[in-house]
Parts: sequence; C-alpha cells; structure tokens
Amino acid sequence: MAVKVVRRPELTLLEKFYIPQIICGLKITSAHFFRNLFYHVMHSLGWFKHRRASITYQYPEELRPLPSRFRSRHRLTVREEGTPRCVGCMLCETVCPAKCITIVAGEHPDPNVEKYPLRFDIDLGVCVYCGYCVEVCPEDAIRMDTGILDVSAYSRDEMKLDIHELMNPELRKPIASCNLTFPHQCGVNGEEVKGDWEETYGPDGPHKKFGVHGPGSQESGDH
Amino acid sequence: MMIDLAIKLALAIVVIFGILNLAGLHTWIERKQSALIQDRIGANRADIFGWRLLGLFHPLADAIKMFTKEDVVPAGANKVLHTLAPFFSVSFALVAFAVIPFGDRLILGDRVIELQVAKLDVALLYVFAMLSLGVYGVILAGFASGNNYALLGGLRATAQMISYEVALGISIVGVVMVYGTIDLQELVRSQGTYVAGWIPLWGIVVQPVAFLVFLTAALAETKRAPFDLPEGESEIIGYFVEYSGMKFGMFFLADFLETILVACLATTLFFGGWQVPYLMPDGFHFPWGAVFEVSHWTYVILGISSFSLKVLIFCWLFMQIRWTLPRFRYDQLMRLGWLGLFPISVVNVLVTALVLVFFGEGA
Repeated sequence: MAVKVVRRPELTLLEKFYIPQIICGLKITSAHFFRNLFYHVMHSLGWFKHRRASITYQYPEELRPLPSRFRSRHRLTVREEGTPRCVGCMLCETVCPAKCITIVAGEHPDPNVEKYPLRFDIDLGVCVYCGYCVEVCPEDAIRMDTGILDVSAYSRDEMKLDIHELMNPELRKPIASCNLTFPHQCGVNGEEVKGDWEETYGPDGPHKKFGVHGPGSQESGDH
Repeated sequence: MMIDLAIKLALAIVVIFGILNLAGLHTWIERKQSALIQDRIGANRADIFGWRLLGLFHPLADAIKMFTKEDVVPAGANKVLHTLAPFFSVSFALVAFAVIPFGDRLILGDRVIELQVAKLDVALLYVFAMLSLGVYGVILAGFASGNNYALLGGLRATAQMISYEVALGISIVGVVMVYGTIDLQELVRSQGTYVAGWIPLWGIVVQPVAFLVFLTAALAETKRAPFDLPEGESEIIGYFVEYSGMKFGMFFLADFLETILVACLATTLFFGGWQVPYLMPDGFHFPWGAVFEVSHWTYVILGISSFSLKVLIFCWLFMQIRWTLPRFRYDQLMRLGWLGLFPISVVNVLVTALVLVFFGEGA
C-alpha cells in the first residue's frame, strides 16, 4: 500500500506573530461591515436601491425570485368568459403518480369542447409536485406557475384545493362564497351542482343553440 | 455631607445606568454587527405598534423572555452556590466600573466634582482585584452545577483567566512606570501632555507593545471568541450549561460588562481616557499656535463624549475581532499566554525600565 505523507505547511515567522494575519482578517470583515453599512444608510435615504446590502431575503414581504421552470402550486387556466380551459379528458388524473387529482366531468354546451370539469380537486397533501399533469395536458389547462410556496394548513382537509382555488390562485381557504357561474360541484354549495350556463354565456350562448341547460340537465341527459 | 453623598449617588446611578444600558445594547450590537459582516440584515422583527426601529426592541424582548423563563436548578446541584455564581459574575464586573474616570473634574460653584464614582489611590489594583474575583463566579458555576461538562468548562475558564491575568497585569506595569501613578484619574490627567508639541502623550504612544499585549489578554479575559473556550456553546459545552432563564442571562450580561470594562480600561490606560487632543481646561490650544476658547461645561461634556466615543470604538473593535477570528485550541491558547504574551510583557517592562533610567526625567 502506497503511503502518502502529507506535510502540514509550517507557519512562516510573520504568520507566527499572528498580528498581520489578524489585521488581514479584520480588513475583510471590516470591508463587508462598512460596505453594507453604507448601502443600508443609502437605502434608508432612497438611494442605490439597485445594489443589495444583504444577500438574505426578508421572506414574507420579499419573495425569492423563482426560476421560470420552477413548479409551484397548481392553477387551472381560464377562458375569457370565466370557465376553465380543462376539457375533462382525465389525462392528468390518469398520469398522476400520487393519485391526488379528482375530476368529475360534465357535458359542455359547446360541441367543439364536449366536456368540462364539474369538479376538479387536487389534494396537495398527497401531491408530489412532479409536474406530469402539466406536461400531459393537451389543452394547456393546468399549470404550476403561481409561485405559491407557502402551502400550509392545520388539517388534511384544508390541503385539498377545489376548483375555486385552482381557477383563482389568490383565493385561500376558507372560501366564503361561490362566485362561479357555470354549473359545478363545490364544497361551498354543499357538493351540489350549482350554476347556470345562461349566466356564463349570456342569453345567446352555445347553450341556447345546442340545448344544454343548467343543473339538472346532467341527470336528465339521455346518454 | 448630605450633598456629597447625593453627588456620589448621582454619579453611581449615572454610571450604572449607562453601563447596564450599553451592556443590554450589546446584544443588539452583536446581532447587527455580525449581520453586516456576514451580508445579512439581522434581527429586525420585534416591534411595538408596528415600529421596528432597526430591531432595537430585541434586547427588550430578550429581557422579557429571560425573566419569564423557568429557572431550573438541577437535582444534583448545590442550590446556594448555583444561585450565587451568576451574582458573583455580574456584581464583580459592575463594581469595577467605580474607579473608571469618565470625565475631568466638574466645578459647580465652589464644589469640585471628580467625574469618577470612587477616587481611589489604588484604582488600578482595585480593578484587577475585581477582575480576578470575577473568576469565582465562573468556577462556582461549573462546580455547583453538578455536571462534569460544566466543571470542565469552569476549569478551562479558571486556567485561561489566571494565565492571561498575569500577562494583563505585567503589560500594565510599563504604563504605570511611565506615568508614575496607579490612580486612574491622575493617570489620564498625565496623558494630557504632548511629544514634540503635537503628538498626544497617550499610553499607545509610549507603550505600543504593552497595548497589543493588553488588548490580547483583555480579549481573553472577556471569555469571548477567539478565546471563548470556557463557553464554547455549540461544541465543547461551557460552565453555564446548567443555567436557564435570567441566571443564564446574567452570565451573558457579565460577559458584555467585562467587554465594556476592558474597553474602558484600554481607553483609560492607552488612549488618554477623557482627553481630547489639544483641549486644555480653558480651550483648544492647537500646535500651530491657534487658541479656541470653550466654556467649562463644553470642556467637561467634550471630555465625557470623547471617553464614550473611545469606549464605543473599542467595543466595536472587540466585536469585530469576535466575528473575524475562529476559536483557539486549548494548547494554542496556553502557549500564546505563557510563551507569547508573558515573555513579551516582561521584556517590555525591562526595556521600559532601562529607557526610564537612562533617558527618563530622573536621569
């Protein structure tokens, strides 16, 4: 076995006196001290705002810049009239390795769309943030670009997001009232289907042309 | 008589008030200065009605926390000694401030007030006596805790403080020889002359080597990094491991008090105490001949501010060193004390004596 002798470097005479080395160290710390002090004072006067005085972020007020591909909390993209882009194809629910997505599809009045989610739930307590749902979506209906990282709750139930929070990332639990106009199921309405296509599309929308009406049309449908 | 007593009381209250506040503020200084050195911001969250004032409320929050915490005395501990130890530490550090002169004499009517709580002829000896007695608090804390780690920490502290006190004391001897007094007020007063007409005859000018030795030994005396082997909070467990609540806080306070005391001593012995360069009791006498007269009150206040400023600069320097240098290993610490500082200080005394004999005023 080869033996390698490691020689510790001997201190030179100057280094044995410690003082030059201590002054060297003090120079470094003092440079940081006075530089940061200068910038802090200047910041309080409103100058040199583009130079940061510290490398730390003041977290709740100041968020760290995220990389553009960073996977944060999910959101459902929304059409102009306020319905989700999701067509209820179930690809994301199928691909999800954690099985945290639950979709109940309903019939959309527009035959080019065919389906939409009556309910769309994600259990963030189960989600592994793999991003497969985003990759698999053919409609660009689900994204993970909200930048929300502080997902926390006191119970497992609160970790479950429904269609309200997914369509409007600003919303946080508890949600007081339901403001979605299209027919959907949500906890706010006691899991019943509420909403009306007429409210969503106005009097001459696709529901008039193709005859899909508000709640109840699901049950009475003949397919 | 009563007025004399009242004046002494007022001086004592002023000193205690100033020192304790500065010690409390040291927790803030420590946090903010280390933050600035390490490119951070430092504690800034404690607020009163939304006012944060750069985190100045954190010392207050700390005090409330310390006072309201549970005070645990371990089952194996000696209850009396365990309680007594922190009081020893703090009180000996506090009483040492009595002889520190923080200003020249103040003349009120026909009354001459020395701005110094106690005018002792043996002030320097008194300070060193108090510094040495401070070791008792530490060793008692280690001994009375009934914890082997605490005992070892106390032993380390005792060994360190005794070895460094030798160098500390001998480094001072040179200064005492040059100025010929151990009364601190007189010592400061005799630093008011000038070499070649313009360099103030401060201790640093006549005893630069003694100053370096004193500074190093004084840092060791305060038990803070790079000499924080007695404490070594995170790795080697210090003498106050069995203390909680305000008893722990008092050890912490004693550390800061000692830092301030040592800063006061360095100012008094080596940086002219309350002396302002070229300021005589009647005004500024500049070396180029200009004279700028000031009133008596201005003179006294300038002296006090000069002293406070110098002390604050030393506090800053000690803090800067504390956040620059890593901890010594124990054998390095002992070697530096006995084989480094001690011989240097002895040689310094010898050289000073020879210079005084052959070139001094008596020769």
